[in-house]
Amino acid sequence: MKYINATIDGMPVSVLEGTTIMEAADKIGAHVPRLCYHPFLSTEGACRICVVEVEGMRNYLPACATAITEGMNIKTNSPQIRQTRRDLVELLLDNHPKSCLTCDRDGNCELQNLAYKLGVRERLFEGDRKRHPIEDSSVSLIRDAEKCILCRRCVRVCSEIQGVHNLSQLYRGFDTVVAPAFEAPMDDSVCIKCGQCINVCPTAAFIEQDATELVWAALDNPDLHVVVQTAPAIRAAIGEGWNLPPGTPSTGKMITALRRLGFDGVFDTDFAADLTIMEESHEFIERVKKGEKLPLITSCSPGWIKFLEHFYPEFIPNASSCKSPMQMESTLLKTYYAEKMGIDPEKIFVVAVMPCVAKKYEARRPEHYLKENVPHTDAVLTTRELIWMIKAYGIDFLNLPDGEFDNPLGFSTGAGVIFGSTGGVMEAALRTAYEMITGEPVKELEFTDVRAVEGLREATIKVGDLDVNVAVANGLNNAKTILEKVKSGEKQFHLIEIMACPGGCVAGGGQPLVYAGDYVYPLYPELIRKRQGALYTIDERKEIRKSHDNPYIKEIYKEFLGKPGSEKAHHLLHTHYEAKLPRGIK
Amino acid sequence: MEQTTYTLDQDIQDFISNCMTLEHPESYLIAVLHKVQGRYGYLSEKHMDEVAHLLQVPTSTVFGVATFYHFFRLKPAGKFKISICLGTACFVKGADLVLDAFKTELGCSLGDTTSDGMFSLEGTRCLGVCALAPVVTINEQVFGNVKPTQVSEILNKMKEAKVEA
Amino acid sequence: MKGLWGHPTCINNVETWANVPAIMLYGADWFSRIGTSNSKGTKVFALAGKVKNTGLVEVPMGTSLREIIYDIGGGLIDGKQLKAVQTGGPSGGCIPFDKIDIPVDYDNLRSIGSMMGSGGMIVLDESDCIVSTTKFFLEFTKDESCGKCLPCREGTYRMLEILERITSGHGEMEDLDKLERLGNAIVKSSLCGLGMSAPNPVLSALKYFREEFEIHIKEKRCPTQRCTQLVTFTIIPEKCTGCTLCARRCPVSCIRGFNKKPHEIMQEYCIKCGECYNVCKFDAIEKI
Ligand code: SF4
Ligand code: SF4
Ligand code: SF4
Ligand code: SF4
Ligand code: SF4
Ligand code: SF4
Ligand code: FES
Repeated sequence: MKYINATIDGMPVSVLEGTTIMEAADKIGAHVPRLCYHPFLSTEGACRICVVEVEGMRNYLPACATAITEGMNIKTNSPQIRQTRRDLVELLLDNHPKSCLTCDRDGNCELQNLAYKLGVRERLFEGDRKRHPIEDSSVSLIRDAEKCILCRRCVRVCSEIQGVHNLSQLYRGFDTVVAPAFEAPMDDSVCIKCGQCINVCPTAAFIEQDATELVWAALDNPDLHVVVQTAPAIRAAIGEGWNLPPGTPSTGKMITALRRLGFDGVFDTDFAADLTIMEESHEFIERVKKGEKLPLITSCSPGWIKFLEHFYPEFIPNASSCKSPMQMESTLLKTYYAEKMGIDPEKIFVVAVMPCVAKKYEARRPEHYLKENVPHTDAVLTTRELIWMIKAYGIDFLNLPDGEFDNPLGFSTGAGVIFGSTGGVMEAALRTAYEMITGEPVKELEFTDVRAVEGLREATIKVGDLDVNVAVANGLNNAKTILEKVKSGEKQFHLIEIMACPGGCVAGGGQPLVYAGDYVYPLYPELIRKRQGALYTIDERKEIRKSHDNPYIKEIYKEFLGKPGSEKAHHLLHTHYEAKLPRGIK
Repeated sequence: MEQTTYTLDQDIQDFISNCMTLEHPESYLIAVLHKVQGRYGYLSEKHMDEVAHLLQVPTSTVFGVATFYHFFRLKPAGKFKISICLGTACFVKGADLVLDAFKTELGCSLGDTTSDGMFSLEGTRCLGVCALAPVVTINEQVFGNVKPTQVSEILNKMKEAKVEA
Repeated sequence: MKGLWGHPTCINNVETWANVPAIMLYGADWFSRIGTSNSKGTKVFALAGKVKNTGLVEVPMGTSLREIIYDIGGGLIDGKQLKAVQTGGPSGGCIPFDKIDIPVDYDNLRSIGSMMGSGGMIVLDESDCIVSTTKFFLEFTKDESCGKCLPCREGTYRMLEILERITSGHGEMEDLDKLERLGNAIVKSSLCGLGMSAPNPVLSALKYFREEFEIHIKEKRCPTQRCTQLVTFTIIPEKCTGCTLCARRCPVSCIRGFNKKPHEIMQEYCIKCGECYNVCKFDAIEKI
């Protein structure tokens, strides 16, 4: 490794070869504004907002895409550079709707923020602007190309992280637009609805389909019994809506806020996560016994399931037939709970708060209907939407007393909580499968080998005499790597956990878009780790940490479902998948 | 539900299969699209989709490339392909005025085809016969020193030629 | 930075490659003897525009524009006055008449705001409008902008809009400063050579032919009558025979008049297509 010496704004710097001007400048506190740059994606060098002056060069150079060379003399500021940056941002505004006041990203939009910070106070070059219809065919997300500033972060996340390649830059010059092939509606594309494009978009060009209206209306309808369930990852992130440090568990406040909004029952998706573990472990053991359809692949991430159906239909038999925890919980709310409470299931309105926009799609899959027009899950809210509803209602979240979930569908073990993190489903399943297989209690509860922020992990776990080969993948490009290994026979796995979003649901497409420094980068590993940390802390503090020890799980099997894998359990808690068009290209 | 029915001509499919045996098969994308357009006159969505699957290049990338280059057309061309040179030499000699005349006569804009499918109007950059500026080509035929006032006459000739043929 | 597939990659114009065999055959010294101290060898130009002999010409670096245009090109068509030479293709600049004795090489062309670029050399005469010519070039670069980087994608479009305003009589004096400000931002911050040079024609024209822009803006007039939007067509009653041809050909039917009586153009509806001017057999229509 070679060190290179250069000067930035008169200050000498010594950096490793290959360091960019931006990285070096950041280190000495000279912050160069940036827009297309994203720390977890490849360098695009397209927005040119980060230009700096380098002595001896006729033109400015992009700080994000220029490696420092020996003796470089760099100036990050001058009246001319500031004017150029301002002019560039103005050019973006000139081609952008003036709708900040009614925009979803008002207040946490990087473009808005940049325009303010750089001092764009007048519009000199205004003229025509591009016109595109809002594309809202997908039940998960909306594409509003007029708000797109062509930074291509979404294109990069969709290909580099998710391997979906749904989005591309189409046409050229001023007509350039980012869209799926043939400018097809998102719903007719290979989009797996993970919402990572929302997570990286600096503006509101990608945003979730709003469900709040539907929920307000239900809450206001006296004929409906409105219940809500919250996914594990919500409690780890919701506090960020009120600037609580990332990783602050806010379960109690969240429950109280939901009650104040008027929900008649507040339940925990984690209960169904425990149930998922029971069913999935059973399925796993059956398959191991018969030696068929291995590896078993988890099925709780609807983004992954959509990916499976478009890209790897050959692995459909391997996917666990278990519904996702959200769908299990909703199904039980409209059957078990309805029966118990003596309420007509059609009068129950189930709201699910999810860190995910793919769940909005999952809830509308035809398999997940009680009967025609009666879905198990009536509405799915993202964490962002719930934060907004609480604010709109005027609830002083930070000063709320802690509340408790309703039972029986609100009690969970530590195993159910960690579902929100990559590796969590695997760990929870191992805790239970271990005991089911060996008949002995697990000695070491924490299978830290499968905990990871990185996208891919393989491990071999000793379960009795059995060496269980497991793999954990998050981000679908990593899933591809694992599946290709299985296909080629390079590696034989017993159990694979796949989650679509990098880091798992804690970094799902519906989580708060928080500022990291000056920018909204919800994919920061540090942030993800903190949110995961919140879940592992909750798990640690739980008295009961294994799904099969959950007393309410025992009860529901006794009272209602029979045994794991029973006919009734199959009917209510399992589902099926089918290959979908258009076929994805691996 | 494999993409089983390919409608591309067999030789084009073979060409792509051969590309797949070479290094960096994706780099043959443009060559393949050239072949497809050469055969069918334009790139249909179906064909682009087939190219994407046969060459294992994401469909969005194929469409991105096809819409990027002025050369590729996404709609069938007219019977007569009118190309007006919009190079500098032709411009100084009034090519823009000739273009305007074509637009008025045909009632269609640059890059479009008339509703009867007879004429398509496109601009090209320098045909290399600047001495004849402004230059127009219709299919393979070259017209030099074109004046705006001659445009309707040229079009009429074309229509007659069609009738004769 | 990496080349194609991570390998060193060499991209050059055909002209560069064409020089290689000659240099291999006769040696670098032989090649260096031709041309100027910083621009060696010869250069091929595509001579076109209002010059008698158009075509490809190869001259030693350092030959003056005057020699190329008058000695090789045979001077201007119809003996018209040379107004400017546009070199370097659509991204080059307009060189005014008083600079045509400068020896043409890389440094000199750049110092006067143009460039060698594609080797294009377009001769403009007194009937060519500088404003509409720069607009034409910008139309080209706007079309060729790949759309990847912001300055070129958005900036060239805005510059073109401003030029369209000026050539249609809606320009304002501030527009000239805006063109310069935008142009400089695009040159300084674009990603590739296209954007870095796209504003050149406008910037150089503003330097040498500012007055012509000002006439378009202040007087709403195009001195060469090339900007049709700034032209007015009027019928001279004394010359008009009332043949009705123009009225029948006018696409927006804005010419009125009785048979055999002088006709009149209703100016507020006229779209300045020039059709009447072109068809009138009696030279009764005036274009100002
Ligand atoms: S995306 Fe940002 S800049 Fe655009 S309207 Fe919304 S808040 Fe304003
Ligand atoms: S939701 Fe996911 S798959 Fe769909 S376009 Fe966005 S990033 Fe790509
Ligand atoms: S949609 Fe958003 S992320 Fe994608 S290119 Fe446009 S602004 Fe960037
Ligand atoms: S400067 Fe180059 S990269 Fe940038 S938009 Fe123009 S052509 Fe594309
Ligand atoms: S064509 Fe000429 S002469 Fe005839 S009516 Fe028109 S202006 Fe008069
Ligand atoms: S210039 Fe065109 S629109 Fe105007 S009067 Fe003549 S024919 Fe009619
Ligand atoms: S942040 Fe460097 S070019 Fe966009």
